Amino acid sequence: MNFLLTHKREVATLAGEHLWLVAASMAIATAIGLPLGIVLTRKPRLKTLVFGSTNVIQTIPSLALFGLLLPLPWLGVRVERLAVTALALYALLPIVRNTYIGIAGISEPVREAAVAMGLTSSQLLWHVELPLASPVILGGIRTATVITIGVATIAAAIGAGGLGEFIFRGIAMVDNNVILAGAIPAAVMALAADLLLGGVEKLLARRQH
Amino acid sequence: MLTPEHNDIVPSAEIEMRGVEYRVARDRVLLSKLALAVRQGETLMLLGRSGSGKTTCLKLINRLLEPTSGEVRVQGKSSANWDPIQLRRHIGYAIQDVGLFPHYTVWKNVALVPTLERWERKQVEERVEQVLQLVGLPVREFGQRYPNQLSGGQRQRVGLARALAADPPILLMDEPFGALDPLTRADIQREFQQLQHKMHKTVVFVTHDVGEALLLGDRIALLDSGKLRSLETRESFLRSQDEVAREYIAVYQAGRLENSSS
Repeated sequence: MNFLLTHKREVATLAGEHLWLVAASMAIATAIGLPLGIVLTRKPRLKTLVFGSTNVIQTIPSLALFGLLLPLPWLGVRVERLAVTALALYALLPIVRNTYIGIAGISEPVREAAVAMGLTSSQLLWHVELPLASPVILGGIRTATVITIGVATIAAAIGAGGLGEFIFRGIAMVDNNVILAGAIPAAVMALAADLLLGGVEKLLARRQH
Repeated sequence: MLTPEHNDIVPSAEIEMRGVEYRVARDRVLLSKLALAVRQGETLMLLGRSGSGKTTCLKLINRLLEPTSGEVRVQGKSSANWDPIQLRRHIGYAIQDVGLFPHYTVWKNVALVPTLERWERKQVEERVEQVLQLVGLPVREFGQRYPNQLSGGQRQRVGLARALAADPPILLMDEPFGALDPLTRADIQREFQQLQHKMHKTVVFVTHDVGEALLLGDRIALLDSGKLRSLETRESFLRSQDEVAREYIAVYQAGRLENSSS
């Protein structure tokens, strides 16, 4: 605990980096995952391909994924770029999956009524599907965020910064205090994100049964 | 709007089915060689058991399903030539499960189609108030409620109001009152009858209840295993010699006897 307090400034800097890694990768993953999930509800034939490949990404150990991306031309040039890409790839599956499940799970009479009323595909999406699926979609983003906060500690292994720096340094120094200085803030961050997004999720779900 | 009297001069079929067939697989025929015409302003009941093809027939009209062969004509135009969105905006649709949008208030549920049709805000407000009044739900009391704050009968009323909101000339109803308790059901049937007396919409109404068919229908189309058995007015249906129709009439008369003796 003492180390954490005496190194406040460094903890804050690394936590800031960590947060930035998470925010950037989540933004990218959502920007790709959400539309991809929607496309799957329109073209179910792509399901096998998309879920298959996102699943495969998920099974690659995170450290290995960082290493695998390293030799790639544009990505390997800057480690932050690489770290954000790897984290975004990891976050993809829960977002795509929940977007798909959320929309596919809308009750049949509601969907039928909407189509029969003459809603176009995009009106159906904005007026009915997205609002009704939003708690489930947010659930996916929440899961992805919590995972990403954890996996982002490994970004330090390739020198991309974040709270993992303390953890790796602590391991090298065989000093638990230093490890905890990275682990505790990361855990707090994950819990806070979980709580916050969980709250928003509840808020969105309030009017639905 | 044309009055039914006008119609007698030019007998126009609002909806027409010409040799319509609907198959799901090569050998599973849900509807075969269906030919019938629905006149403007009439209420046509589609009567039959579950699986007789009633709902399929209804969904072919607003292109929720496309016929395997044959032609469905709506307002003189083949449904295949209608833009499906335009077609559906011309046709109100009410189903047993209602399918109200749970995240929208009653007001927003009813206002959606007129809003999408780009009605003026003021016009939308007036119309929502009007149709909700029509189904017995004053907008002041019910407008801001959510569907989960309504009873089954109220939800069904909102569903009907929503179907009527953009003033479509045609109304398709799929056992809309089927899930209601008998008393609420009788109320809402009576209200619908009065409503239709004023509106003169062209209504195609699916039911498996012969009593409902006789109560609400101008004519009754009896479907059995995907085929049209008979198409008759209420009065001639009661005298029908068709085997299946006789079965329905027997059930109906037994029910009336029971009611009058108790």
